[in-house]
This record gives sequence, C-alpha cells and structure tokens, in this order.
Amino acid sequence: MSEPIATEPNAPSAEGTSANAVSKLVSLFTGRSQQSALVTLASSLAAVAIALVLAGILLWATGKSPFDAYSKMLDAGLTNDKLLETTQRATPLIVAAVAVAIGFKMNLFNIGVEGQYLMGVFWAAVVGAYIHLPSVLHIGLIFLVAMAAGALWAAVPAILKVKKGVNEVIATIMLNTITLSIIDWAFQEQFRYEIPGQLDVKTKVLPTTAWLPDLVKNRLSSFIIVALVVVLAFWLIVYKSKFGFRLRASGANAVAARTAGISSNSMIVTSMVMSGAIAGLAGMTYLLSTSHAYGPTRPEGYGFNGIAVALLGRNHPAGIIVAGLLWGFLDSVAGPLQIADIPQSIVLVIKAIILLTVVIVNEVVGRRVAKRTADRTAAQLTLPVVAA
Amino acid sequence: MRKSKRFAAIAMVAAFGLMAAACGDDDKTDTTSAPEASTGDTTGDTTGDTTAPVDLNVGLAFDTGGRGDGTFNDSAARGADQAQTELGATVTELEATNAEDRQPNLETLTDAGNGLVVSVGFAFGDGLAVVAAANPDTMYANVDGFYADATENVTFLSFAAEQGSFLVGAAAALKSESGHIGFIGGQEIDLIKAFEAGYTAGAKYINPDIVVEVKYLGAAGDNAAWGSPDKAKEIALAWYADGADVIYTAAGGSGQGTIEAAVEADAWAIGVDSDQYGTATPDQQGHILTSALKRVDVAVFETIKAFQAGTLTGGVQVFDLSTDGVGYSTSGGYLDDVVDQLEEIKAAIIAGDIVVPTMP
Repeated sequence: MSEPIATEPNAPSAEGTSANAVSKLVSLFTGRSQQSALVTLASSLAAVAIALVLAGILLWATGKSPFDAYSKMLDAGLTNDKLLETTQRATPLIVAAVAVAIGFKMNLFNIGVEGQYLMGVFWAAVVGAYIHLPSVLHIGLIFLVAMAAGALWAAVPAILKVKKGVNEVIATIMLNTITLSIIDWAFQEQFRYEIPGQLDVKTKVLPTTAWLPDLVKNRLSSFIIVALVVVLAFWLIVYKSKFGFRLRASGANAVAARTAGISSNSMIVTSMVMSGAIAGLAGMTYLLSTSHAYGPTRPEGYGFNGIAVALLGRNHPAGIIVAGLLWGFLDSVAGPLQIADIPQSIVLVIKAIILLTVVIVNEVVGRRVAKRTADRTAAQLTLPVVAA
Repeated sequence: MRKSKRFAAIAMVAAFGLMAAACGDDDKTDTTSAPEASTGDTTGDTTGDTTAPVDLNVGLAFDTGGRGDGTFNDSAARGADQAQTELGATVTELEATNAEDRQPNLETLTDAGNGLVVSVGFAFGDGLAVVAAANPDTMYANVDGFYADATENVTFLSFAAEQGSFLVGAAAALKSESGHIGFIGGQEIDLIKAFEAGYTAGAKYINPDIVVEVKYLGAAGDNAAWGSPDKAKEIALAWYADGADVIYTAAGGSGQGTIEAAVEADAWAIGVDSDQYGTATPDQQGHILTSALKRVDVAVFETIKAFQAGTLTGGVQVFDLSTDGVGYSTSGGYLDDVVDQLEEIKAAIIAGDIVVPTMP
C-alpha cells in the first residue's frame, strides 16, 4: 500500500501498455503512490520511538524508572541465549506476517491466519505421525500437508467473498472460532494418543525422520531457514513477478485493475489461498522442532501477532523480518523483567502502542503525500482535481 | 481513503487482541525475590548455581493466567509463602504470558540462581524436559505433570484428586434432598475427569439412585474453560431450576459462577482445590457446603522442605488422603452431622477397602 506502483520499474514488459495504463489510473485514483520507502521506514521507526516514550511515561507514572526498565531489557535481552530465543520466537511471527502481508497486498485482511496455522499444525501432526519416509521427503510432505490445510481453510472466506460478497474480516474471525472447535473435536475423538500417567496428552509423536534439526541445540530451530526462504519467495512473487504486479494493482484499485483486464475475483481467491498456505507453515517450529506432536498446550497468537508484525513491517519483506525480531525480543525479555520487579505487561503495552502509532503516523504521512501527489498530478494534467 | 480506514480498523482489532491477552495478568507480578537476584545477564550465574542450598532460593513458575485464580495456582503460591516464613526461603515467581514463555521462564529462574524450580501445571512438561536435562545441578518439581524417562533432578507432584472428590460426592449425596446433583468440569481432560469419576462414585456409594448431571466448559486446550464464571453460572442456574441442589465445580476460576448461582438459587455449591469458604463473601459462605481440597500448598511446601533437607530425590510423589495431600473442608460447619460418616469412608479409602475410580 505504500510502494510506488505508478513508477514500478520492474513491471514485466509483457504487461506492456496495459500495465502502464493501470499504473496511471491507480496513481490518479488513489493519489498516494509517491510515499517513498524512506518515508515508510521513518514512520515505522517513529512509531516505535513514540511507543517507547509513552510506555516510559506509563512506567514513570506507576513509580518505576523507565531508564531502569529499558536498560534491564537490553541487559537481559542482549545475551547470546536471549538473542537466539528472540530469533526462535520471531520465526513463526515472520511466517505468519508474510501470510498476512500477501492478503494486505490484495487489500484483503486475513484475520484468519490464527486458525489457518492451527489447521496446518494439526493436520500435519496427524498425517506426519502415520507415515514413514526418508527424512527429507517426510518433512517435505509435512510442509505440503500444512500448506494444503491452511490453503483450503483460507479458501472458504475467499469463496464466500467472491460468490456471496461476505466480508473476509468477519468470515475469517468466525472461522477462527470454528477452527478451535473442529480441532478440539478431531483431537478428542480421533487422534488422542495416550501415554500412561501423562496428563499432557498429545497426538502420536512424529517419527524422528520428521524432526527438524536445531541449528543451536534446544534454542534455534533450522526452520528459520525455511522462514527466510518464505520471505524471499514473497519478495520475488509480489515485487518481481507479473502475478505480483497484478496482485498489487488489484489491491490498490480493483476498479482500475478490472478495467485493465485483471479479474479481481480470481486475484482474491488466489491471494487468500496463498496467504493460507504460508500461514499453514507458521507453526512448524513448534511441531517439528520442539513438541513433535500436536497437543492442547500448543502455542497460540501467531496469527494476531503476525498481523501486528506485518503492520509494523509495512508488508515489506525486510520490514517484516525486523518487526518480527523486535516482537521476539520484547517477548523474550518479559520474563527477566518480571524478576526485576517490572510488570511484564509493559511489553504488551509497548506492542499495542506501537500498533496504534504506526496507524496514526501512517495516516498523517499518507495524507500529506496524497495531497502533494494530487497537486502535482493536477498540475501535470492541468485538470481540476476531485478531492483525493 | 477506504483503504486506510480499513487499515486503521484492522490495527485496532490487532491491538485489542494483544490487550485482551494482557487482561487479567496485571498486578500478578509480585516478585518476592531478594533484590539482588540477578536477571540472568552475563555475570555467570549459570555456573554459580552448583552451590549447596545454604541460601534457600526457590523459583516458582506459573502458567498463563495462572496466578490469582483463587484455587489451584494460588494454593501453590500459599505453599511457597509458607516456605518463605517457616523455612526462610527466598521465592521468585514468574508467570508465563504465552505458551512459548514456559521453557524460557524455567531457564530464567534457573539462571537466577534458584536451586529448586517449581512449575505449576502439566503444560510445562516439554520445556521442563529440556531445561532439566541441561541443568543437572538444579532440582525441578512439577505440579500435576508427568513424562516418561525424566532426568533424576525432576520430581512430579501428583494428586489423588479422585479421593477428595469421592468424599465431597458422598457429602453431596448425604446433603441432597432431591437426589439430584451436578458436576461442572473445566477442560475435558483426564486430569479433570478424575474429579468427575471420584465425585460420581462417592455420590453413588451413598445413594445408588442419585442423578448426577455432568458438563464440561471446554475441550482440551480451551484455556477459557478455567476463567468462564458466566458459563458455569448459566449451567448451574439451569440445573438448580431443574431440581438439582448440590453442584461441584472443578474448573479453576469458573467455579465462582457456580457459587453465585447457588446464592441466587438458595442451594449448595462445592468448591475445589482451595477451601473456597475462606475467600468467599459472607453471603456466599452460607452456600458453600464444602470444598474438595487438593493440597498443592502442602505439596509445594513439603517439596521445598525436602529440598532444604537434601532429601529430594526425583520421581513421582503422590499426595493422597493418607498424607492429607487431598481431602475435604468443613468450614461453616455444614457437614457437622455427617462428618463421622465421611471420616469412616476416608478411613476405608486409605485402608484400600474402597477403590476410587480415576476415569468416569
């Protein structure tokens, strides 16, 4: 939503004149295509800075020293173990954020990543436990099952939107709740695997051929490599491919894109399904590296935190990685903060304020840029401009 | 500008999602540690915790939303408090905010120099296995948990909850005038099913024809089941209206709803884990028949004591009626007329003459 569509330098030539036409239309209608990467970066950094100041004021008001709290955070967080933990925690958030960002590019808000990754984890755990294959194939198959489960689950709101005009935000939120019911039912009725004396009941443990090795034992899973590949693929597909160009064009202005011959319905379905497929992978660190089975003590919140990371990272591949690491860092210092008698809730407060300031700063900057663009376009076309 | 409005709306949703997670966690961070407790920085505490327990430093790890439930988790905290006053222990508490905090929190407590780290809840299992194996010089205890092939420095604190539930089931049957009682469980997991099994068996032991309603608030993994007093209240009110006159709730903080319903319907509620008479308001106290005690406090205290004495050896420690690890409360005196009968049953269970089922 912030990258310069109108001046897309890498638009594939095959798109030719229709692409140019789309770009012009898009920039004319949205009037906010000129926001540079630098401005985007600055507004995200400003959001973080503002959040730290506001949270600091809050700490100070409750009788804690903000400087003390922040230095504790750095002290505790900048150790080898904690940095590995930060990366480990960031991994699923980065994957989930990419899933969210694919939707955002199409102007779709996939709130359903939360449910889609749980579907991915659950069905991958079930299928993975009952097959025997050489390691690489086994893990590959589990990835495929997870992606398929996430994709199918994301296809539901996409089809509802295309066929019946159901808002995807509402559909995906409701589907998140339905996800939990389906998984709980399937787990309780079919796939519980009892181990005598153990209350922490899970599905059958995966054969060791499906275990993903750690890069650093018990601290960092090699799934981070997969996550980085996902980010790279996201960048290539969305920014460098014909499909990505269509995606962003439809997302920026569906009417203009349709005029240029891009079917927005098929773009909606395709992008939702892609988003769901990536979401399906978000829980793989948990399944393949730490738990090796699905259980009710599963992690939760990757979907919602993924939205936050995508927003802060402004849907940009590099931004998502940095925002994911920031989220992972904040999570990793919550424990040490508690020990230092600083409420861990401050971490949640910082996260929430960052989100709100990102939106506000973006809005302020966006309006300015929009006005400037509109003025410039008006001057070029010497036409009266309808308010942008 | 439609797009940016939606963008804003979505950010609001995400922000509220985050804040909802923060709700209920506030002010639960009363760290009772000595101020010099290090935060696990680079001072090399990890190598320093091999020292003998001259200073009795104990870490206490709670699961998400654990502290402040009025029953189970607070009971663990009471045990630690007792160790603080009676044994001079320094206790550092740490509460998880999400599932991924479990393992790092155990590590943080270990690195802070605690010789014994007690974790509350079986959900710590996976993280505990990793941390305990990596820190052979630190002792670990886990309430309710168990996993196979644990290292020697891990003690599992296990409770015969079905025995205490059997006694309150018998009490319910003795006190019920309608011959119609109820059981509300939290998550439908084996841990809670043992409560149901004991309760039903105890009631049927007194009155084979008694009707026992059973309902669970959530499936396995549905953490809301421990904090939904509204749902428990709704179920309880319906049952009371239907003629039930005693309802036992084993669902953490949700049990508060049953107590409220009992007040409204002028009927009996039975508490769980802690003696809930002690934390109830005066008008509620008249409706709490008894509580099935699961003495997590005893288990935590005894574990710390054993650790201090150097006799903590790992393995599974079962707390049952014979060691007063489970039981029933008599606060309010509502059981005075039947307490002799209950004591006979208790003795029969301890002697093995009554075998209480653990699964319904």
